[in-house]
Parts: sequence; C-alpha cells; structure tokens
Amino acid sequence: MNLHYVLRRSGVFLLIVWAGATLNFIIPRLAPVNPIRERLMQAVSLGGAGQADLQKVVASYEARFGLDQPLWKQYFRYLGDLVQFDFGYSIAFFPTKAIDIIFEALPWTIGLLGLATLIAFAIGTLFGALLAWPRRPRILNWLAGPVLALSAVPYYLLGLMLVFLLGFNLRLFPLGGGFTLGSIPEISFSFALDVVRHSFVPALSIVLASIGFWALSMRGMMVTVLGEDYVNYAEARGLRERHVFTRYALRNALLPQSTALALALGYVVSGAVLVEAVFAYPGVGTILLRAIQTFDYFVIYGVVFLVILSIGLATLILDLVYPLLDPRITYDRS
Amino acid sequence: MDRLHSALAAARRHPHLTVGALLLTFVLAIGPVGSLFVDTEGARVGTAAVDQPPAASHPLGTDSVGRDILAIIVAGTPLTLRVGLLAGALGLGVGTMLGFVAGYFGGLVDTVIRSTADVLLTVPGLLFLIVIATSLRLAVSVDMMALVIASLAWMVPTRTIRAQVLSMRERGFVQVARLSGMNDLEIIVRELLPNLLPYLAASFAAAVSSSVLASIGLEALGLGPQNEPTLGMTIYWCIYYASLLRGLWWWWGPPVAVIVLIFIGLFLVSMGLDRIANPRLQKAP
Repeated sequence: MNLHYVLRRSGVFLLIVWAGATLNFIIPRLAPVNPIRERLMQAVSLGGAGQADLQKVVASYEARFGLDQPLWKQYFRYLGDLVQFDFGYSIAFFPTKAIDIIFEALPWTIGLLGLATLIAFAIGTLFGALLAWPRRPRILNWLAGPVLALSAVPYYLLGLMLVFLLGFNLRLFPLGGGFTLGSIPEISFSFALDVVRHSFVPALSIVLASIGFWALSMRGMMVTVLGEDYVNYAEARGLRERHVFTRYALRNALLPQSTALALALGYVVSGAVLVEAVFAYPGVGTILLRAIQTFDYFVIYGVVFLVILSIGLATLILDLVYPLLDPRITYDRS
Repeated sequence: MDRLHSALAAARRHPHLTVGALLLTFVLAIGPVGSLFVDTEGARVGTAAVDQPPAASHPLGTDSVGRDILAIIVAGTPLTLRVGLLAGALGLGVGTMLGFVAGYFGGLVDTVIRSTADVLLTVPGLLFLIVIATSLRLAVSVDMMALVIASLAWMVPTRTIRAQVLSMRERGFVQVARLSGMNDLEIIVRELLPNLLPYLAASFAAAVSSSVLASIGLEALGLGPQNEPTLGMTIYWCIYYASLLRGLWWWWGPPVAVIVLIFIGLFLVSMGLDRIANPRLQKAP
C-alpha cells in the first residue's frame, strides 16, 4: 500500500460521486420539457395550503436554475448545493427539506441492509466453502440446488411470498411497516423487540435470496485454493484434513471473497430498495417509492445521490482496507 | 433414432442447460400457445367481475379492476420477455463491440472504456433508471423501456469480452493470422469471435436476466408502461391494491411464478453455458 494507490483510489471515488451528481443534473434537462419546472408549476396551480410558500420555492428555483441563467452557472450552483447536502425542498411535503426526509429514513435502511448483508455473507461463505470440501455431509448437496435457485429470484418477490406464508397464513409476523402503528419510536426493550419483529421477514428475504450468490463465489474461490501447491504440501505433511481445510484453504479463500462484497454492494442496494417498498418499511426505499408516485424530484435526486455516495464510500473503504489484510496484494504498477 | 440418442446423451452431459432451456421454452410458449386458448381481450380493465377467485369461467380468477388473470399472464409474459430480449441483445451488442475495441486496440481507448464501465458498474443501475424514467414523464412504451434499460446493460458484457480478448490477443493462432496478412477486422471477426461464442451466449443469458430484473424492478415501482399488462406492472397493481393483505393470492401468485421460472431458467442456462465456455468449472461439484 502506498500513497499513489490511495490517491488513485480516492480519485476514482470522486469520479463516481461526480458522475452520479452530473447525471442527476443532465438527465432532467435532456427531457423535452424540464420535468422539475413542470412539477413545480403543477404544484402551484393545484393551490391549497402553503401556496405562498410554494411560490417562494418556485421563485428560488427559478432564480438559481432559471432559463435566464447560463447552463454552466446552473451546474456549478448545483454542485455547490450538493457539497452542502442541500437538495432543495420536498415538493410533496413542502416545508420539509428533502435531506431531512432522507436522513430520517437512512438509519432504517442501513440497519436492515447492513445486518441482512452481513448475515447472508457469513452463511453463504461458510456454505460455499463446505460445498468445495470433499468430505462434506451429503445433505449439503441436496441443499445446494434450492439455495442457488433462490439466488435467481429477485429479493422483493421472495419477500412477497414469505410475507404471505409467515405473515398472512401463519400470522407469525406483521405484514409490513417498521414498527406497530401508534407506538412511539423510543429506545426501549419493547420497542426494539417490535422493530425486530417487523424487520424479520424483510431481512429473511434478503438473506435467503443472496446466500446462493456468496456460496457460488466462495466455492469457486475454494476450488482454486484447494488446487494450490501449499495445500498439497500441507496434506503431504500429514496434517489433519480439517486443519488443512480451515487454516490453509478457508483463510486464504476468504480474502478475495471479501472484495466481492464491495462489488456486490450496488446490486444489493437496488434489491433492498424494492424490498422496503414491498414491505412499506420506513427506509429509503419507501421514501423513494412515495417520491416517485408524487414526482417529488428533489427527494428522488437526493436519494439517488446519497445512495451513490454511500456505495462509493463503502467500496473505497473496502478497497483501502483490503491490501492491509492481504499481503499478497500489491497495487504497485509493475 | 441415433440422433435422438445422441441428443439425450448431450442433455445428460449438460443437465443445467437442458433444464434451463426447457423452463425457458415453456415460458416462451405461454404467449403464442396461450393466445390460442385464451382471449387476451380479458387483460383489459373492466371485462370481468372484480376480485373473483379461480373458477371455470376465469381459471386464475380476476383482479380488482376486472381483468382476467390468465389473460394478463398470456398477454404480459411475451411483453416482459420482449423487454428482456431486446435490452439484453442491445446491451450485449454494444458491450461486445466496446469490449473488442478496448481489448484489441488497448491504449487510451481502453482506459476510457474500462473506467467508464467501472464507474457505472459501481452505482446501482436501478436508481439511474428511476431518474431517467421519472424525468421522461410521458407514456413509456415497452420498446422504450427496453432502450432505457439497454443504456445500462452494456458494462458487464464489455468487461467480460475485454478480458477474454486480452487473453486471446497474443495467442499463437492470432499471431499466425496476423502474419498471414489478415487485417484487424478480419482477425476479430474470423479468429476471435468464433472462439468467444460460448462466452457470448453465456453473457447474453446473463444480460437478458439482468434486463428482465431491471424492467420488473422499474415496473414494480410504477415506472413501466401503464396500460400494458407486463408482469412487472401486474406486480405493481398487486402492491397498489394491497392484494396480499386482502388475500387475493390468485392475483399476485401467477405473475410471481412466471417471473421466478424466467429467472431460474436463465440462471440455469447461463450456468450451463459457463461450464461449456470454461471447462475448468466442470471439476467442481
């Protein structure tokens, strides 16, 4: 690990964030009519409460991004706002700023997604490793088919089936939401239990649908490692088979597997957004669905930008930590 | 008889491919075969009584706006497949071209193509598709959906093909071809392309799969063609009318089942093709 690598990798991170922000800026302006302006006009013409305030939003939008401003000026204003996390006001819930709506939902998403991904990663990695072990229990072979088949099913459809089975038919779990309506979010044991009960089925659907993915990649990694000379040598020395498997093969296969975690993050987030929408889980996905239904552009763009930012950050951290964990990797250009 | 035997033997050698192909054939047949027996007019709003459970007149029941579910499936499955195949083919076509250009010629072109693909791969494609779809804000057609999805379907094929071309570029047969006076285009088309066919086929299956995934994801959020009974839009209406909470299992069950069949079929086919393209995987269980 050297400074050059850190700088280059951070450059890629900035590139990702910049590309995400720029696409958010360009795409609405490529449409035949600026959809944001249309939506604002519509909100104003509908009238109702907060009319005067909405007029103010329109005025401020026109002043900053109006047609009389040159495009490059609009663009730099926009980038300047983004750096300060200012996405503008929510059109549907007017006096609230888009960022506040998103920040309220973010902990739910990070909790659900982070935990479900880690559990799936742990189970899937272990399962995949065992699949490559010659003396695995027979039952694993029978499990492999269904687990891989589940990985081909989109998260949210699996969620739909699970909630029908566990929630609707067996009445073991609630049908949706993040906590019982009417209860006040607080830090207490009973509320935590309530949240866990509500999160169980969404988390289960993410876990079940992604175990297969991790298992498949770990098995591939193990097959490669088990063919290495040092594993043969360890066997030739007469070390116990279990010892060779865990200490020599598993540990070395684990490291490349953790880079797959960084690569899969974007895919996992896309799937989880839809899981939340299906379960009306109070996270970013549900916010996004509601924003799409009301064409609340500032919230949509805010969610997209923040998700890209967090994925970029997560992959950056993983990529920077990885060479510290695995001395075989050097990123020096030969 | 002999031919049948060898076909069966081939099927036994590639069980994944066979089962996957059978599943996909079934799904592909739903549209053309189904429309012989089912009147797809029933997929229009208000042609039947609402919320009817399966019965003789409506074998899969009806939904809350008076559509026959069986008619929806028969009319909608080909539409969903059309989006997937169209977007997958476009994505693979563009991706293959870029992959060849990047891998074969290298240099600055390679750097630009590779880093663009890498940056776009990091961000969740669905979110960009949402931005595009909400910004268009006009009636999207099935083919337009396919175009939008294809715009983000080229990165994975580009990377796969580029890596293969890189490893193949310096091999003996390519150098022989070059020495015998073939130009770059001839080498790409006549030497490299045939060798990559299994990879291309596996990439195509994967591209179709991710395109169908993206289309259903967009549609489930309500961003698909509003008036077409595609499988994803059906899921959206199921969520919209809370069919799950109201116990209308015959409404959401069939589209979910067909979607699951599509994905498992494509998964098995791409796994089978992967094993043909990459025989080293055969060793593993």
